[in-house]
Amino acid sequence: MTFPSHIRGGLTRRRFVTGTGAGGLLAALPHTSHAFPSRPSSGASSGASSGIIPSHPSDRWDLKVGHTRISLDGKTMHAPTVGGTVPGPILRFRQGDTVNINVTNTLDEPTSIHWHGIRTPANMDGVPGLSFGGIAPGETFTYRFRLHQSGTYWYHSHSGMQEAMGLYGALVIDPSRPDPNACDRDYVIFLSEWTDVMPDDIVSNLKMQDDYYVFRQRTAASFPKEAREAGSAGAALANRLTWSRMRMAATDIADVSGAIYTYTLNGHAPDMNWSGLFRPGERVRLRFINGSSMTFFDVRIPGLEMLVVQADGNDIEPVPIDEFRIGVAETYDVIVQPKDERAYAIFAQSEDRTGYARGTLAPREGMIAPLPPMDPRPVRTMVDMGMGNMKPGKSMKGTKMNGDMAGMDMHGMDMSHMAMPRMEVDDPGPPPLNVENQMRAMMPIDRTGSPGDGLENNGRRVLNYKQLRATRPGADPRPPTREIILHLTGNMERYIWGMNGRKFSESGPIRLKLGERVRITLINDTMMEHPIHLHGLWSELENGQGDYRPYKHTVISQPGSKLSYLVTADTPGMWAYHCHLLYHMHLGMFRTVIVA
Amino acid sequence: MKHAPSLALPALAILSVLALSGTARADQLTYHAADAPEATPVVYIGNFKPTMDQGTWLHGIFNELEGRYAPGGTDFRWDGEAWFGGDYNKIWLKSEGTLEKGRLSDGDHELLYTRSISSYWNLQGGVRMDLDDGPTRTWGAFGIQGLALYEFEFEATAYVSDRGRFATRVEGSYDFLLTNRLILQPQAEFNFYTKSDAARQAGAGLSDVDAGLRLRYELWRKFAPYVAVTYSGYLTQARRIARDRHDDTGSVRFSLGVRSWF
Repeated sequence: MTFPSHIRGGLTRRRFVTGTGAGGLLAALPHTSHAFPSRPSSGASSGASSGIIPSHPSDRWDLKVGHTRISLDGKTMHAPTVGGTVPGPILRFRQGDTVNINVTNTLDEPTSIHWHGIRTPANMDGVPGLSFGGIAPGETFTYRFRLHQSGTYWYHSHSGMQEAMGLYGALVIDPSRPDPNACDRDYVIFLSEWTDVMPDDIVSNLKMQDDYYVFRQRTAASFPKEAREAGSAGAALANRLTWSRMRMAATDIADVSGAIYTYTLNGHAPDMNWSGLFRPGERVRLRFINGSSMTFFDVRIPGLEMLVVQADGNDIEPVPIDEFRIGVAETYDVIVQPKDERAYAIFAQSEDRTGYARGTLAPREGMIAPLPPMDPRPVRTMVDMGMGNMKPGKSMKGTKMNGDMAGMDMHGMDMSHMAMPRMEVDDPGPPPLNVENQMRAMMPIDRTGSPGDGLENNGRRVLNYKQLRATRPGADPRPPTREIILHLTGNMERYIWGMNGRKFSESGPIRLKLGERVRITLINDTMMEHPIHLHGLWSELENGQGDYRPYKHTVISQPGSKLSYLVTADTPGMWAYHCHLLYHMHLGMFRTVIVA
Repeated sequence: MKHAPSLALPALAILSVLALSGTARADQLTYHAADAPEATPVVYIGNFKPTMDQGTWLHGIFNELEGRYAPGGTDFRWDGEAWFGGDYNKIWLKSEGTLEKGRLSDGDHELLYTRSISSYWNLQGGVRMDLDDGPTRTWGAFGIQGLALYEFEFEATAYVSDRGRFATRVEGSYDFLLTNRLILQPQAEFNFYTKSDAARQAGAGLSDVDAGLRLRYELWRKFAPYVAVTYSGYLTQARRIARDRHDDTGSVRFSLGVRSWF
């Protein structure tokens, strides 16, 4: 990241998500005046929407949370923001530093900032009710903690629905040792969504009609196409009746869609075309952050191979790929090396294919790269229903993949089971079918080898969880002494979400003993992906990489799947543990983890 | 539509299966959920609730708000409901009626407590008032409402009147998506009474039916104009009562309306 400032400057002068412009910029300065990058003639542009990381790290930041009137893609919202922009400023820290962040609340309601993926003491984690009492209007709260880690992370409000309205931003921590992934260029690519519909209205609409925002359902008009794909009208009809009998929709991919969302890249709508500059031959690091509320993105840069070097802030053995899915709250750092003097499109389509976020990598400003067409929207199958491999007509490749997984299991997870025959297991049993749960995955399978619905066998190399291999062995070699099995459950029809058939308010906390090593096993009994985020502690994904399992803060549980990760409960306190689809969290898929 | 009365039986069967499946696991005592509810709830700092899963919502819908055209005069009919509450407990208000040549008939208004009992079914109990230009009747009401297999909307309610009579109403509808916005909805409502009530045009047995085939276009989710063919008529004994009075015993009408909700 040591390139001269004249290269960094003048990146994009196009409009981006900002309200108060320079005023907002002033509200988010690092404390030491020299720490902010000089920005010749960049006007109102700030690091947030340019994707440019401040030139130096700082251990002191002053952040102002306030309301800002923001218009994007014709959608205006009086949004809570950090420093007047969406996303908020990119914060740059240095590993090993003890940082002080003063957050001043100028809203007329309490606020908070949660440092997503950062291992802080519990009282610095920023979750009202669990970590602290929130930041009252007019007050300033000083977050103070030591950074033990490095990498790409983000921050967001944990108060009410502020996160859904724009209170979020990127956070980059320089490693104390030389960065093995240092590049000529380094950009934050912050993916999110923008709407002028108030979050409470979205929830209310979903409560009334769960497919309120889905306009891609199977209809009479789409039947001939389905019949062709299924081979016969009878087969297509039988499939439809199966779903309708279960009172579910195979087209339920995302609860909230492009019908109201404009998908954004560094706060730019697709037609604003955010661009990042490069010189041909340079290595460019792109720090992808999915800071959206409800949207999974499938990301690719047609014409460029991406080398994935970091997942959720932790370095992994580089994986060359063409495409990856990024769940809500996950981060991936990729390195690209464009060799040609031309523009490349960063194309991030929403999982339900109702829209895309878009940007451009180009040698010069103002260039536009052609966009690929959107893929067909995924359709859920029996695998998503937890019917395992009973899916009729499953492809050869898929079958083989499952064979590989069985092999992995023998050397991975199952071995440790054998080593600890008397391991305590908290098994809630099959979840009840009740008001809050409409489904039970009868045969959940390991899907960590799958890139996800809609991405299998698409002809591109798509990242999957099995490919994530840490660059160093895990810090805690102890096998777990307890397994906690949790079913992710929900009732789409009533729009209630939870675990083990219960929403948050009907459940107790999950208690971990300080220092305890546990395995958490997630069984997904719903037909949607859930990005599960454990605050304060790492989730070490058991993906068959043995001691080199990747450390994550957010783990996607695919529909109808079973996966596990190890957790060392080394930090005492109350921690939030929840689905990071914001409306799933708020409607019950949330637990308190108490480490004591 | 002849099959509609028998729908109550499958619905009850579903309910009992659901009830059984809910209790089956109680036998297996080895299960333990890590997040099982505790006797003393966790105290949160400042009593902040980290989620809003105990929220309440208010919604209302006019399923029918329509003019039914006839050469002799257009009838106006509404059928709507509103509710307020959370995931388990709600208060429902139902109202329907037909304005026919300046005279309000078939006025039926119900105030019900609604309890969610399974993934798709709710129990309802409360009062019904037959309130229109005819004589007023008051009933106690008890029924189920929900989503049957194959996503069939279904309601069955039993009533007992202040005069010791019994009645039943069965109502169902289904949405066929022609496209994502053009939706064809067959709908039917049947009323049964144990005794005739000539003043209100009610006959013993299957008394009347109100049915429609509505084709709506969802301009917005919450606002969908429709065209419809509707049928409203009396059956069996009620039909004889109507015929004796030289009233209309039943007619098919072309109708125009709007389905809307908030």
